Amino acid sequence: MLGVVQDLLILMIGSSLVSNVVLSQFLGLCPFLGVSKKVDTALGMGGAVIFVITLASGVTAVIYKFILTPLDITYLQTIVFILVIAALVQFVEMFLKKYVSSLYQALGVYLPLITTNCAVLGVALTNVQKEYGIGFSIVSGFSTAAGFLIAIVILAGIREKIAYNDIPESFKGMPIVLITAGLMAIAFCGFSGLL
Amino acid sequence: MNSEKKPMEVFINGLIKENPTFVLMLGMCPTLAVTTSAINGMGMGLTTTVVLVLSNVIISLLRNVIPNRVRIPAFIVIIASFVTIVELLLEGFIPSLYSALGIYIPLIVVNCIILGRAEAFASKNPIIPSFFDGLGMGLGFTVALTIIGAVRELLGAGEIFGYAVINNVLAGICSVFGAEPIEYVPISIFVLAPGAFFVLAALTATQNRIKRKREEKGLNADKIQSGCGSDCMNCDNNTCNHKFLDI
Repeated sequence: MLGVVQDLLILMIGSSLVSNVVLSQFLGLCPFLGVSKKVDTALGMGGAVIFVITLASGVTAVIYKFILTPLDITYLQTIVFILVIAALVQFVEMFLKKYVSSLYQALGVYLPLITTNCAVLGVALTNVQKEYGIGFSIVSGFSTAAGFLIAIVILAGIREKIAYNDIPESFKGMPIVLITAGLMAIAFCGFSGLL
Repeated sequence: MNSEKKPMEVFINGLIKENPTFVLMLGMCPTLAVTTSAINGMGMGLTTTVVLVLSNVIISLLRNVIPNRVRIPAFIVIIASFVTIVELLLEGFIPSLYSALGIYIPLIVVNCIILGRAEAFASKNPIIPSFFDGLGMGLGFTVALTIIGAVRELLGAGEIFGYAVINNVLAGICSVFGAEPIEYVPISIFVLAPGAFFVLAALTATQNRIKRKREEKGLNADKIQSGCGSDCMNCDNNTCNHKFLDI
């Protein structure tokens, strides 16, 4: 029992901080660079990503274990996963709109932005590659997405500050954001000593 | 884009004028992730080119068959099938590249250059132009990835395609002056994750500068873009078609 808890803890720290989904794996860069102008929107985006990735990694793990493996068609995983994820996001959007309108108002606008976000597919594929069970897949999905939330909120905080700074003309816009992300990536390299 | 363009024009357009990486800023995920060396960048670029050409041709063939409402899922299935085929082929025949690119091979599915070209070109044009559009865009992507990979490899390891360029040049210079050869100390951060951001930042800043200079001279600089101002939430630029996809 203690061993499982320890494994889970290592998995959570590993996938949220040490191999951060954006800063060391470069997945989900579009929302990271595109929706990080304000801390509020970054928080909303992070919340939506946590919701979708956790759900998607659970669903894809179930499909992999109970449909693809018994039928011996695991080589179709890419096709199946991308379709499942696209359908899932649409379904979640419709479901929230109809039944949980408060959550829809908070996350709704961000959902279409992550339909084919490569972080979602990336996490699903990594779970299969590392041979995680269903429980571990969900935890891995959740903590990867939490890593995304941490990174995007920090970036948004920094961007709110540098908006008032005197930046060289050519570096305005995307370049300074990329430099910021690079410096954050250096800082996150420091976490590799944690495990 | 009209369908009367000659194949060669379409090809050059994809390779230079609308280079997916440098001009359109599409497909940023693999651009940053796999360009740790020139050979990896080139491998990723060529893999993407194969998928892009095949999916463009098939989508162009089926453009009158696929109902408009389900076109995006249909495109995704076609693209995912080709990605799976290419992935299995790489695993069988080029295992070294397969293990170097790892998870980024199946992630070609969500590379929005491919879906973008399917939507913007292949679904509206006949087979021959679609083929050349795929080839041009794919090779443009390959060239860009190879350049970024070469810069990172040169600074981060002192090599290009595995040849110790800097050390050989330094040894040459030193032997002219009859001095002891100096060893190049690699700036290893450039092959690590942060280096990717810095190289891309330098590149985009250069583009911004060129664009500004051209605008000052009153030249048309529309063709030189540099991202969408990085605010997808309030972006109403229609050319920014990666809004709902991953860049």
